[in-house]
Amino acid sequence: MRPEWRAFNNGIWEHEINVRDFIQKNYTPYDGDDTFLAGPTKKTEELWAQVMELSKQEREAGGVLDMDTKLVSTITSHGPGYLDKDKETIVGFQTDKPFKRSLQPYGGIRMAEKACADNGYTIDPEIKEFFSVHRKTHNAGVFDAYTEEMRNCRSSHIITGLPDAYGRGRIIGDYRRVALYGIDRLIEDKEEQKDTTRSTMYSEIIREREELSEQIRALKELKKLGSIYGFDISKPAMNVKEAIQWTYLAYLAAVKEQNGAAMSLGRTSTFIDIYAQRDLEEGTYTEEEVQEFVDHFIMKLRLVKFARTPEYNELFSGDPTWVTESIGGVGIDGRPLVTKMSFRYLHTLENLGTAPEPNLTVLWSTKLPDNFKRFCAKTSIASSSIQYENDDLMRVTHGDDYAIACCVSSMRVGKEMQLFGARANLAKCLLYAINGGVDEITKKQIGPKYRPITSEYLNYDEVMDAYKDMMQWLANVYVNALNIIHYMHDKYSYERIQMALHDKKVTRWFATGIAGLSVVADSLSAIKYAKVKAIRDENGIVVDYEIEGDFPKYGNNDDRVDQIANDLVHTFMNFVKSNHTYRGGIATTSILTITSNVVYGKNTGATPDGRKKGEAFAPGANPMHRRDTHGAVASLASVAKLPFKDAQDGISNTFSIVPGALGKEDKIFTGDLEVDLELALSEDQK
Amino acid sequence: MTGRIHSIESFGTVDGPGVRMVVFFQGCPMRCQYCHNPDTWELAGGSLMTVEEILKQYESSRHFYRGGGITATGGEPLMQLDFLTQLFEAARKKDIHTCLDTSGITFNRSNEEYLKKIDRLLASTSLVMLDIKQINDIRHKPLTGHSNVAILDFARYLDEKEIPVWIRHVVVPGITDESADLYHLGRFIGQLKNVKALDVLPYHDMGKVKYESMGLDYPLKGVPPLSKEDALSAKKIILTGIRDARTNAPDPYCS
Repeated sequence: MRPEWRAFNNGIWEHEINVRDFIQKNYTPYDGDDTFLAGPTKKTEELWAQVMELSKQEREAGGVLDMDTKLVSTITSHGPGYLDKDKETIVGFQTDKPFKRSLQPYGGIRMAEKACADNGYTIDPEIKEFFSVHRKTHNAGVFDAYTEEMRNCRSSHIITGLPDAYGRGRIIGDYRRVALYGIDRLIEDKEEQKDTTRSTMYSEIIREREELSEQIRALKELKKLGSIYGFDISKPAMNVKEAIQWTYLAYLAAVKEQNGAAMSLGRTSTFIDIYAQRDLEEGTYTEEEVQEFVDHFIMKLRLVKFARTPEYNELFSGDPTWVTESIGGVGIDGRPLVTKMSFRYLHTLENLGTAPEPNLTVLWSTKLPDNFKRFCAKTSIASSSIQYENDDLMRVTHGDDYAIACCVSSMRVGKEMQLFGARANLAKCLLYAINGGVDEITKKQIGPKYRPITSEYLNYDEVMDAYKDMMQWLANVYVNALNIIHYMHDKYSYERIQMALHDKKVTRWFATGIAGLSVVADSLSAIKYAKVKAIRDENGIVVDYEIEGDFPKYGNNDDRVDQIANDLVHTFMNFVKSNHTYRGGIATTSILTITSNVVYGKNTGATPDGRKKGEAFAPGANPMHRRDTHGAVASLASVAKLPFKDAQDGISNTFSIVPGALGKEDKIFTGDLEVDLELALSEDQK
Repeated sequence: MTGRIHSIESFGTVDGPGVRMVVFFQGCPMRCQYCHNPDTWELAGGSLMTVEEILKQYESSRHFYRGGGITATGGEPLMQLDFLTQLFEAARKKDIHTCLDTSGITFNRSNEEYLKKIDRLLASTSLVMLDIKQINDIRHKPLTGHSNVAILDFARYLDEKEIPVWIRHVVVPGITDESADLYHLGRFIGQLKNVKALDVLPYHDMGKVKYESMGLDYPLKGVPPLSKEDALSAKKIILTGIRDARTNAPDPYCS
């Protein structure tokens, strides 16, 4: 066995690229509590103080501290960058200094130019000319192929947030492979893949060979990135510090080349723990040192930054990078995948203070160890920064080595990827059905000229008929727009390093999305159970609605309307599935507008549920604000009825609760946890 | 049979163990000055619901209530004793944990017919949360409009029947926060063997808005909310009373 692999248990992982097998054969489950954790070291505190100071300067400078305007970012474009070289145990920045945003024009030169201009910088004219005249971008490719109908749908916001001018993201490279195998072994593997492609040169084989060459080139550049920072990553990592560093460098290469909508990390904690466990046993490092490496690693992930425009930030309510890391979950053999490293990752929220990135996501199962559950609850209460996802649900389809990209998109690490597809505005689609394809805001004919609804009071069956036709049309335009987008993204802005860290044969999830679910469910319920009168303008376009009587509202565990929501997802998904998808992508959908629901609402006219023109939609699959009147469980139960099999890319529900509602107060717990009064007294007497 | 139900909260976390479905019964004979649900007082209000309707709602969300159950509160659930009994019996048949949150005000040991009914209810009751508002009867009357004799007797009766009880006590500045009263409450609790927990809650004035919206005068106008720290020190006094009762120590407040 290689010296780097000393003391590891044997397995197939030695003979093929198989990180999951390595983890399963080598990890140490941990069901203890959090008392072993170490606080921040002095170096950590000093570095973090420096970060806070830079963050302050960045805010004062209006949001961006520094930007590249001439140097196009590649894996090896920049020299090394540091906060304080002597204090950092894990190193590497996207550019040659922290807080400096890189220039990434391959997604689209106009977006890159605008991101500079909006932040007070001017892109170098030569770069602009080069990417306008000599080198085509993803964005230019897409618009060459878009139909007029697609452009119309886009500008009228019935399909929104399409990744046609920015990086699609959502592809997680298996960054752990670099630590476990070293670059040379990975290149060898890719060379072999290239040598064994089919030999008749159909266009797909040509594309495959070209992509594999790109991947090999990217791996070689990644090796060079290692040497820029003084590491030889051609070989596997020797210890936990190197394992973190190697993994981070691989991730860093990805964010140096791709300004994706979500650049998630994967599922690294239990993998890294195997190294930490070995080092602790061998006496190489102490717990304090291991925690310091983790703190510095997480610090780096917090400092991933992209050049973006104010519009982009408005759509996503902030400047998210979605560096999602999936923690915990349970293996298919029943052993929880919780290790000490799962605690250490979450503990950064205390050591460094709370932060939205990286998006620490706990894969929750009823089978997780109680001590870990308690620690999660405690950390959630203190930081409000942990995301939870249902592992028991996702493990069924994705096994036990999947990770979350962005907020909910699950995929097997290194084996599955997603073609991100933004979302269709189903609320607006309903209005198109009522108005025969005429946009209720611009009054332009955007959809097909189907017969509009002309009655004063809306009839449920008539509206449903028209709505299904309009959904079918929308699904077709939507999926085909995405086909163009992903074709062009692969062609002009290929994620070569992320794909180099995937198997040769990759499953592609073709993701679509839905916005406005609760608006439509309530609207249809109002039409069915109350009386909805259409208010038309002088041209006969319905611009508002009057509701007479009450109707069941989604979010109250009422089957009458919950079934409507359920059918809606199923119906739309069937229309999506009936279309051809690029590269054999398997169609999925998501209901997860966590932030963009505000913008979608702004661009949608009044709806039959009583929602006013421009009013925000509810986030994700949430019930509309203040319509869920039967308490949290009823609200959650409505959401839980949505069919996961039709929305495998994820269903999100935003749930806030004041801590006091979960047990009176932080000091006064209800029931006093069944405290034995006799015991309490004797404690008291001591 | 139907009951008069004020409302149902599907996500109760402070009315018994675990996450619970909390059923607010309509109607209450007490007029506690700090009551934060004055809209549950009127006997004639609320909406009519059957046991089946309530349990159907529970069943549809059953997986949320693991470790929890149903809590009947109000209002005063014992005012609708027959309906309450049917609800708890039906719930227990489905292995649902049942919790009765009551003031015990309707208890009457001398009425045999009534006692039979109470016994039947208690046979299907997993836990009682008993609200002892003021141990000192002279102060109890202005606070609630009633004597506490029946309430304390109910507490003893629950002890005899070995029904697990959580005692609740709200500490209101100037009304229920006197050391002697708190201590004597402890001495009373100390005689009981069925008490599993003691909730000492600081008074808050969040009910005020409801009074205003109902056009009622808020009786505790000007009384400030109690701090958590004060609630904790009140609890300490009660615990001292419990300990003294159990060790037969002399009562420092009786000279």
